[in-house]
Amino acid sequence: MTGRTLYDKLWDSHVVADLGGGEVLLYVDRQLVHEVSSPQAFQSLRDGARGLRRSATHLAVADHAVPTRERGTIADPLARAQVAELVDNVTDFHVPYLPLDSAGQGIVHVVGPETGFTLPGITLVCGDSHTTTHGAFGALAFGIGASECGTVMAAQCLRQARAKTMRVTLTGALSAWVSAKDVALALIAKIGALGAAGYAVEYAGPAVSAMAMAARMTLCNMTIEAGGRIGLIAPDETTFAFLCDRKRAPKGDLWDAAVAYWRTLPSDTDAVFDREVTLDLSDVTPHVTWGTTPDEAAPITAAVPDPADAESASARRHAEKALAYMGLTPGTPLEAIGIDRVFIGSCTNGRIEDLRAAAAIAKGRHVAPGVSAIVVPGSTATKAAAEAEGLDRIFTEAGFEWRHAGCSMCVAMNDDRLAPGERCASTSNRNFEGRQGAGGRTHLMSPAMAAAAGIAGHLVDVRRLMA
Amino acid sequence: MTPFTPLTGIAAPLMEENVDTDIIFPARFLLITAREGLGRYAFHDRRFSADGSEQPDFILNQAPFRDARILIADANFGSGSSREQAVWALLGFGIRCVIAPSFGEIFEANCYRNGVLPITLPRDAIASLAQLARAGWGNFTVDLDAQQIVVDRGPTIAFTILPERRLALLNGWDETATILNTREADIATFEARQRSDQPWLWENA
Ligand code: SF4
Repeated sequence: MTGRTLYDKLWDSHVVADLGGGEVLLYVDRQLVHEVSSPQAFQSLRDGARGLRRSATHLAVADHAVPTRERGTIADPLARAQVAELVDNVTDFHVPYLPLDSAGQGIVHVVGPETGFTLPGITLVCGDSHTTTHGAFGALAFGIGASECGTVMAAQCLRQARAKTMRVTLTGALSAWVSAKDVALALIAKIGALGAAGYAVEYAGPAVSAMAMAARMTLCNMTIEAGGRIGLIAPDETTFAFLCDRKRAPKGDLWDAAVAYWRTLPSDTDAVFDREVTLDLSDVTPHVTWGTTPDEAAPITAAVPDPADAESASARRHAEKALAYMGLTPGTPLEAIGIDRVFIGSCTNGRIEDLRAAAAIAKGRHVAPGVSAIVVPGSTATKAAAEAEGLDRIFTEAGFEWRHAGCSMCVAMNDDRLAPGERCASTSNRNFEGRQGAGGRTHLMSPAMAAAAGIAGHLVDVRRLMA
Repeated sequence: MTPFTPLTGIAAPLMEENVDTDIIFPARFLLITAREGLGRYAFHDRRFSADGSEQPDFILNQAPFRDARILIADANFGSGSSREQAVWALLGFGIRCVIAPSFGEIFEANCYRNGVLPITLPRDAIASLAQLARAGWGNFTVDLDAQQIVVDRGPTIAFTILPERRLALLNGWDETATILNTREADIATFEARQRSDQPWLWENA
């Protein structure tokens, strides 16, 4: 028998029943709950007169709709009602909740790992596509829809079909000012926005072993932007060191037993993957997106591509449409693209390491005239940690606004959004039409690159700015 | 869930790759917690200009496609955000079947949960269906029981859907009820085993 992959081990250990036709009933160990995808799920429990099967396996927090300028009452009546509905639901169904005004609040995909709710070897779901993030811990984690959230609440299970497996082997080392976000964008540009569709992607190789958890989370987070619903990294000493002593992680003998089990999870050396991709990190340069899908990305040293050079007729049509939406002309150097806004934050790049990388650029410099820039920590705990290090002062002195934690300008459903035609250097994960506001134009990049763009007033190669 | 009976109506071709769920249902409307009445927000920023007027060149604003019950789409339809509102908005608009070369995986699962049939066909089959639809060939009929699409005065095209999914759609079964009614013993067995093998997952949970 050939060896099993990490994905195989996670899958096999959670099969409740074989449903035939390649589908199984998969057990779900943990669910993260937020205000946007949960109202209809809780409603389905009420409609079906069903209880929550294991209420303590869920963890709820408000992140998408919340204002980041100030805490206290929410001004927008719809947002206020949505958060109030979450509070009512978690109270009625006894779901652990991290209140908006508490030190525990933050983006679901930041607070899950931060509190030790996310663990290796588990299945974890959330009504949110960036649930891929938690795969960085060796958890089988994937996004689901609101109806499926309701099923998990009632039955702790989901019908699922097994994915194919892809291994992305990362070798070499990153150059100065190049980060995991650049790796993700370069990889998506290489394999396409559909490149990982149908696959569970495992990131492996010496460069992954050398990465801190924040970088691993950025990589897994962006897997969905290549069409893959699952990103994975084998748990190792870095993972255990991150989780040890976290609030919800096991303690004492249970911790030892858990670690012993987690050590059995990495893919066997003779495991076979359905697809193999390799990327040498020494070749990766700072990347930015120029279009409206995450694979429409290029090195910052390049120019806006000519749709006529696209590989297929449909890619050409998409690129033409994207350039029209983005207000860009083929041949324009990417560095010549002026910006109006900067957004540093999100579940992709809102962790303390990301804020440090941006602060290193901001320190002693100033945001360009006419540019408005915000820094939004991924969680309230991240905010406190950054303040303890003095990062907030570096940002405010440089002309960046320092905000409360939340999804903020990653998604245009709270106060922070782009006006039509505004152009933003953003550390978030989606450059879709209207994602940051109707008519808004998004360029995705790393925290260092976004900070550099804010200083320069246009997209810029951070390596040149810091030379 | 409403059972999926043979569906006859106009098919609208929306031949563009990567139509993500932010396009199908813009994020700002996610503050609405109801699932009914979302049809007016379907493709909102494509259908309407900033001043609220209709964009005449968008296919779903044109006759006869504004009455479409079936959508013919391109690769990676419904990619991106997991928002089920994308499916609820399509339903609200009147669309109960989407035909595409590939779908965003979460969107596809959401379709099944709401009685919307996602049909995957090869690119060339889609291209010819889109052409027939655009030429105003007439109504399309999607027969899930027979697993075929019949174009009035045109060809009949076969498709396949996983047997279990097909039965669930045809009967309008509720997935949660099905699991609870048929798999409770399996779930209990699994839980007992996990509780003894991995006790750390059961402490205070
Ligand atoms: S930060 Fe953005 S991508 Fe992440 S959960 Fe919030 S809205 Fe979704």
